[in-house]
Amino acid sequence: MADTLLESSQRFTRRDRLKKTLDTLAPVFLSIGVFIGVATVAALLLTVVTSGAHRLTPTLLTEYPHPNPAQAGMRSAILGTIWTVGLSALICIPLGIASALYLTEWSENRFVKRFLELNMANLAGVPSVVFGLVGLSILTYGLGWGRSIIAGAFTLAVMTLPLVTVAAAEAVKTIPEALKHGAYALGATKLQVTRYIILPKALPMMMTGAILAVSRAIGEAAPILVISGLLFIRQDPTSIFDRFTVMPLQIYNWVSRPQVAFQELSSAAILVLLLILLTMNAAAIALRYRYQRRLTL
Amino acid sequence: MQQTVFSPQLLENVRKKRVSNTLFNLLFLGASSISFITIMVIVGSLIYESTFFFSHVSLVEFFTGTEWTVLFAEKKFGVLPLLTATALTSAIALLVAVPAGLATAIYLSEYARPSLRRPVKSIIELLAGIPTVVYGYFALYFISPNLLKQLIPGISIHNALAVGLMIGVLIIPIVASLSEDAIYAVPEDFRQAAYALGARKIDVVFRVIVPAALSGILASIILAFTRAMGETMIAAIAGGFRVIFSTDPREAMQTMTSFIAQVATGDAPHGTVEYQSIFAVGLLLFIITLAFNLVAIQVVKRWQIRY
Amino acid sequence: MTMLKELVGRNMEEIVYGGKVVVETINLSVRYGKRYAIRDISLKVEKNRITAIIGPSGCGKSTFLRCLNRMNDLIPDARVEGKVLYRGLDIYSREVDPVAVRTVIGMVFQRPNPFPMSIFDNVAFGLRVNGVKLSKTELAAKVRDALEKAALWDEVKDRLDAPAYSLSGGQQQRLCIARTLAVDPEVILLDEPTVSLDPISTAKIEQLLRNISSNYTIVIVTHNMQQAARVSDYTAVLMPDEEMVGRLIEFGPTRDIFTQPRDKRTEDYISGRVG
Repeated sequence: MADTLLESSQRFTRRDRLKKTLDTLAPVFLSIGVFIGVATVAALLLTVVTSGAHRLTPTLLTEYPHPNPAQAGMRSAILGTIWTVGLSALICIPLGIASALYLTEWSENRFVKRFLELNMANLAGVPSVVFGLVGLSILTYGLGWGRSIIAGAFTLAVMTLPLVTVAAAEAVKTIPEALKHGAYALGATKLQVTRYIILPKALPMMMTGAILAVSRAIGEAAPILVISGLLFIRQDPTSIFDRFTVMPLQIYNWVSRPQVAFQELSSAAILVLLLILLTMNAAAIALRYRYQRRLTL
Repeated sequence: MQQTVFSPQLLENVRKKRVSNTLFNLLFLGASSISFITIMVIVGSLIYESTFFFSHVSLVEFFTGTEWTVLFAEKKFGVLPLLTATALTSAIALLVAVPAGLATAIYLSEYARPSLRRPVKSIIELLAGIPTVVYGYFALYFISPNLLKQLIPGISIHNALAVGLMIGVLIIPIVASLSEDAIYAVPEDFRQAAYALGARKIDVVFRVIVPAALSGILASIILAFTRAMGETMIAAIAGGFRVIFSTDPREAMQTMTSFIAQVATGDAPHGTVEYQSIFAVGLLLFIITLAFNLVAIQVVKRWQIRY
Repeated sequence: MTMLKELVGRNMEEIVYGGKVVVETINLSVRYGKRYAIRDISLKVEKNRITAIIGPSGCGKSTFLRCLNRMNDLIPDARVEGKVLYRGLDIYSREVDPVAVRTVIGMVFQRPNPFPMSIFDNVAFGLRVNGVKLSKTELAAKVRDALEKAALWDEVKDRLDAPAYSLSGGQQQRLCIARTLAVDPEVILLDEPTVSLDPISTAKIEQLLRNISSNYTIVIVTHNMQQAARVSDYTAVLMPDEEMVGRLIEFGPTRDIFTQPRDKRTEDYISGRVG
């Protein structure tokens, strides 16, 4: 009995030494995982900057696309993005807030609520290109809206709705029950509690979520590609039924060209797009900080 | 009865408030039911458009054929090449995203300083915020020529490997974020009990915590997989439009999504078989992703009962 | 069981004889799913008197109180059985809107919960929400009146526009009392209002309750027996039975409950042997 105990304790110390080394090495290995993502982004940014920085001229923003890369610009794409994403935000932000309010405060039936939440989760998992297909079928041809800004806007709106709803719902959930109950106890209806207690407090956080959702929409190419196709647009949009293109599609267009000059053009366009997204995300984060500070005061 | 108890003015005020309350209740209900309506519309329109396609293409050919030549004169309608391309690129993506994402999640929740958590989490979230065209650009102009061509001579400039790698990076945040939530949800008692038994940290993490969080981690992997399958632009830019029935990642191959992109880029008129084919492929993609998503939701449900 | 009924019945007659009954509960029970929190509580609350509900923590006192102004409606799983009569009207009957009930039966909560608004807006909130049309001067007068009754006016009269959060805990609770008073309810429910406050604030609130009790019917839940003894005219004793369901053990004039309790459990609780 005794010597087997001794043997097993020797085996234990050997295994333990191995494990000890593994234990100290573990954080190193794990942080490599973190590095993969970070390194990729860093390399990506480096590539884009070195390739495209010199092509960042004002003409890039003011000129229309042109077969000659030296004369080409992304003006129509920028305007198209503003029109399309802007319209989609106008549609989906109020809808998202309304949905969030229903799913958090207003719903009285547990089954309806869970059913709608399930649908929202499924909607969030649908590939973006499928949204484009549906938009093409229903809006472009079915309703006859054509391959237009409004078809693209509605498609994007439905796509970003789950994001906005979840963000808005999170905002509503931060409101303490005690505050709402205090208002109910004074004879307020749900509408009054929503209007005077919930919305004033939750709106900043809802806006943060909305900005982030909109910035996602700006980068979406697949659904717009299906709805609008790949076009040479050489004029400014004047109506929501106009044909259009958006920034990521313009980038796709230029990336697909073999000439080096177009590659540089696409790099520069990517820089413009990334800068816009960075500004929006920074604004959202700044809003969140300001709001959080006021909360603790 | 209540007329004698409450003043008439009070009753009148309450009645007015009740009307506007009911109105908004309906409005909000309507807004949230849009998600349900949309799913119905998606299913309906995809099926509707697909019926045209399947009126002159047999289901058997669609599911068993190994040639897809929809855009050529002699048309063959076997979807298998596109399906295998999608599966291959998504599998490669998982090979990148699961180790990286899981490592990130474990590192952030168990090893990193608490002050490091938030900034690193934000950077990881950044990965998901980069537009996919940018990833496609990077795959085509950097990864393929500089990395892959050096490591694997003879690889074509468009290839499934580059696509898979980039999609992998794109979906790292999905795995990392959801896995971290799952790990975070493991009760502290588990850790305490394990440490009290004399276990080293590496044992606690990999033998106790990760198994306990397994359902959540699994769900995150499934969701990341469906996201990979649905990715369009990276495949369209870096994968090429060549349709081949192959599992060789060095080859250029067209996925389901990149086929849809190609047809959309062209000008297939409404009503042609080319136009209809994108709906058939889209329907297939939708059904596959929906099925996987439902599985993931079920996995999460079973996890929630555990504690 | 019959002895209990007899006891409670006897006290009931004394109450009805003494004054008018404003709120009455008949076999009031509340369950969450299948589990009952309180069962068969029947008592009568007399007008313009202070009625205290005492008992060990967790025996359902707050649950009971929340029935009286239909605040339990806000808790999704709660089911209310039995009747709650306000001036003879069953407030849970289909035709009654809980909003109307809460206008005449107000509530002050355990932790002060002022709104993130100015002191003035907090007090005015109930009036604005109830659609009462008042001129600026009338509104200001009502706000002042409520703050005076809540013994807060002198401390805030110069800073009515200051945020409510700038007040101390005790002041915030008095503010909550003021905003409840502003709506001019007939009944005021208080759920352990001083449990998070210091002794001085507690004394101030107990004093103001005594001052206003001649014009308002007050029901106060407290687990502090001395407070009940100091403040109330009637006391109801709630205790959990063997299945941890809260039941009414004894009810009567406070003096009787504390000097000659009829039930041994009451006596144990009051003397500190239990709970």
